[in-house]
Amino acid sequence: MDARWSSPDIPPALVALVDRLRRGEAAALARCLSLVEQGGAHADAIGRLIGAASGRAIVVGFTGPPGAGKSTLIDAFVGHVRAGGRTVAVAAVDPSSPISGGSVLGDRIRMQRHTEDPGVFIRSIASRGHVGGLTETIHRVLDLMGASGRDLIVLETVGAGQSEVEIAEAADVCVVVNAPGLGDEVQALKAGILEIADILVVNKADLPSARRTADQLRAMLTLRADARDTPVIETIATSGAGVAALAAAVEARAELPAEQKRARRLRRVRRLIAQAAGRAIRDRILGLDDPRSDAALEAALEGRCGVAEAAERVLRLLAYPAPPAPAGAPSPVTGRPDAPPGERSPPPSCPSVIPPYGK
Amino acid sequence: MTTAPRLDPPARVLVTKIGLDGHDRGSRIVAAFLRDAGMDVIYTPPWQSIAAVVKLATEEDVDAIGVSSLATDHLIVPQLVAALREAGLAHVGVVVGGIVPADEQPALVAAGVGAIFGPGASRDAIVAGVAALAADARAARDAELREQTP
Ligand SMILES: Nc1nc2c(ncn2[C@@H]2O[C@H](COP(=O)(O)OP(=O)(O)OP(=O)(O)O)[C@@H](O)[C@H]2O)c(=O)[nH]1
Ligand SMILES: [Mg+2]
Repeated sequence: MDARWSSPDIPPALVALVDRLRRGEAAALARCLSLVEQGGAHADAIGRLIGAASGRAIVVGFTGPPGAGKSTLIDAFVGHVRAGGRTVAVAAVDPSSPISGGSVLGDRIRMQRHTEDPGVFIRSIASRGHVGGLTETIHRVLDLMGASGRDLIVLETVGAGQSEVEIAEAADVCVVVNAPGLGDEVQALKAGILEIADILVVNKADLPSARRTADQLRAMLTLRADARDTPVIETIATSGAGVAALAAAVEARAELPAEQKRARRLRRVRRLIAQAAGRAIRDRILGLDDPRSDAALEAALEGRCGVAEAAERVLRLLAYPAPPAPAGAPSPVTGRPDAPPGERSPPPSCPSVIPPYGK
Repeated sequence: MTTAPRLDPPARVLVTKIGLDGHDRGSRIVAAFLRDAGMDVIYTPPWQSIAAVVKLATEEDVDAIGVSSLATDHLIVPQLVAALREAGLAHVGVVVGGIVPADEQPALVAAGVGAIFGPGASRDAIVAGVAALAADARAARDAELREQTP
């Protein structure tokens, strides 16, 4: 299994299998998906056989907190797409047990409208047990589903922890599903799932507090210059209410030209990076051991400069940490060697040349 | 009975109910057993049609199927096994759990059911039985790719 085949050495059975996949045969797609999850030489060979032919299908990602109604909503959304005659593949990722490594993959329980429709292919994927990692597997899964000729691919992941990264980079359109009563909305914000939303859904709109959740989300969006065009759509997945509006919103984004879709992916990943960087910077500032930063803190404490200005100064210290002790003359400000020329610590009275943060 | 070695990636097992009976407590418990033994369990609501189970087994590329039967559902299991064969899924192990009268068991075995677990079956016995069938199925699948290699 570890051998790497050059193209002519790929087993004929595998070549035949991929041919069947390309003709849209569900069993061949299913089998290739397993081989890809398994990793190794077969997975690589399949990847090479599929090559650049994939990528025609539109990928719509659904993510959000556990129990928000993602699977139920996908079931209704897929029904809408099928009514238009297009074929669909669904990849539903469920978490594995951290203890046993096993899982109960339950998303299909809520996808019961299409149990006998050959135009809908559903595959459950456990989050663990992938040789190259889950992200790698998801990309390969989407490639195979695309190569099998499905018009639209839906990817379900639970928005907690790492999975938002996968969906952000893999999907053409990202739908973030919320529901009232799942606890603190700010929690969802922290987890990073709002960062990646092209469309926000408040599902379970039949529940009394749904309107308030939707209003909160809209209020949050108005504060963010780069997210004001994100629609907030209320749905009742169990009855289908709002699903047509959701489908229209997805359609509008799916029809964008390829460069614009790529720009959206980049924008989502940029937001995620900004958020991760924010956390990293916070940790580093809290752990900063540098007398020059103390000077900035004191300046802020004594009102000689604003917090935003002090933050700018500390950020510069992070970018240009104090050089090792012997180099340079002791700084007149801190008594320690000074920062590189041009990046000297500002004097204790904060200069006003630094623009306030955020302007 | 010793348990077959864990598969990597984990064994994929469908736990389902066909027929008219809607009591799914038993299948929930078995699903949890199998998950705790490191398997990936695909779980469905009761009342699945045979066509739905075949479609699902195809798409999920399962190694084994556990059918729970408390009343008469086991009587349609031979139809399920035949439909699986027809769909090219002869390698998939089929297990029946629940209440199957002793005099009706031989017919199921003759139809191709790999194991039958009554109400008294231990967790270990169920896990070992499913694991063994799944390992056989995986091996048969892998052989398919080799066989046609010159
Ligand atoms: N009242 C109400 N309940 C809903 C609605 N949509 C889904 N539900 C219920 O919410 C529960 C969870 O639904 P799922 O579709 O499994 O949610 P999910 O987000 O896919 O859950 P996970 O995959 O476990 O994270 C189920 O009991 C659904 O019937 C809705 O619009 N209104
Ligand atoms: Mg779900």
